[in-house]
Amino acid sequence: MVQKLDYLKETPSQTAGPYVHIGLAPGAAGFDIYERELGWDIAGPNAAGERIRVEGTVFDGTGAPVKDVLIEAWQANAAGFYAHRESSGDVEQGFRGWGRVITDFDTGLWGFDTVKPGPVAGQNGTQQAPHINLWIVARGINIGLNTRLYFSDEDNSADPVLNLVEQDHRRQTLIAHRHEMADGVVYKFDITLQGDAETVFFDI
Amino acid sequence: MRKPAEYYQRDRHWQPPALDRNYKTSVTRSPKFAMISLVNTVSEITGPVFGHDDISPIDNDLLKNYATDGDPIGERIIVHGRVLDENARPVPDTLVEIWQANAGGRYRHKKDTYLAAIDPNFGGCGRTLTDENGYYFFRTVKPGAYPWRNWLNSWRPAHIHISVFGEAFAQRLITQLYFEGDPLIAQCPIVNTVPDPAAVDQLVARLDMNASIPLDTLAYKFDIILRGRRSTLFENRLEGN
Repeated sequence: MVQKLDYLKETPSQTAGPYVHIGLAPGAAGFDIYERELGWDIAGPNAAGERIRVEGTVFDGTGAPVKDVLIEAWQANAAGFYAHRESSGDVEQGFRGWGRVITDFDTGLWGFDTVKPGPVAGQNGTQQAPHINLWIVARGINIGLNTRLYFSDEDNSADPVLNLVEQDHRRQTLIAHRHEMADGVVYKFDITLQGDAETVFFDI
Repeated sequence: MRKPAEYYQRDRHWQPPALDRNYKTSVTRSPKFAMISLVNTVSEITGPVFGHDDISPIDNDLLKNYATDGDPIGERIIVHGRVLDENARPVPDTLVEIWQANAGGRYRHKKDTYLAAIDPNFGGCGRTLTDENGYYFFRTVKPGAYPWRNWLNSWRPAHIHISVFGEAFAQRLITQLYFEGDPLIAQCPIVNTVPDPAAVDQLVARLDMNASIPLDTLAYKFDIILRGRRSTLFENRLEGN
């Protein structure tokens, strides 16, 4: 016999299920219960930087929109700092950098308003191109899927995470495309859960 | 000097795979290509922070937080436990959110059409922050089992959905709590996406008579384990954060 390692094991994940909205967005489930639902305001009123909207649809392996998905976003501010004690700079008052969105039940379209993040520090003195971290849960997803959204108008060529993706066409699944609309800047970012156009997911 | 470094790699043999053909909805919602493994950067070791201003004190009492003319119908229970990491360290001040069906197995959701009745005094969601020792508690009613379309006669065991944040986006977790002794657990295709029986056991809350309130409320104990974190011993991989 050898000595025992006394680490605990991570609690296994289970699907968020079709009624995830009850817990995490009860207004969408059809009832008001909390004074304040969390995750609607990512950047707050004082954040510096360009105000943007991000929009997209999540598609399943048959190409159909997934209409019961919930997405969480986690991002740095325009200076590249996260609202967390382990980030190396301060963020604006009211900037949380975290958002939670659900899709339209009829169309599957989702979207959120935020500020465009700045580049953030990477490993060993490198720099990561501006990105938003996304986490996707839904009925049929057994463990939340992590991916990243990068921006089409940035120089992403030296990003150490994007460069881990071997196939160039798969790297493109992580790039949101900029559209300058009459009422502001919109980045389009569709996510494909399965198939040839499958989005790159990360085991973080 | 010991400094916190990356989170331990997630054990993908312990966690459910994306595809399990017996859980039919996963068939078209599971990525086929391999995930790319990342060394944690500041993007993964940070995560949202919540405080008592974000929630209300009543939010963890599902007997009262939606009731208008009396208590909800059903077996009164306390669900309590600690949020720990894989190093057995408490995770303090972290947001825990739950949602569940009522005692009849019906969700208050516009997409749920099960014939069991809505309970006018039960919303079915709650949230709380762990204390400085990682401890949390809720009061609610025990949810009912309900049928769902997987195989024709599939029934979900009684369960409570739980969402936990931890201190880093890498720790983010959603799971489900089941109840000790429920014969439907072993039959459930969603439970059985978890491959290791010992891992399934980790999802089953144990009846906790010591925490129950005599003549009032039963209690179930459910600890939640989030990913643990390596210490920097000789190197400094995360420099530059």
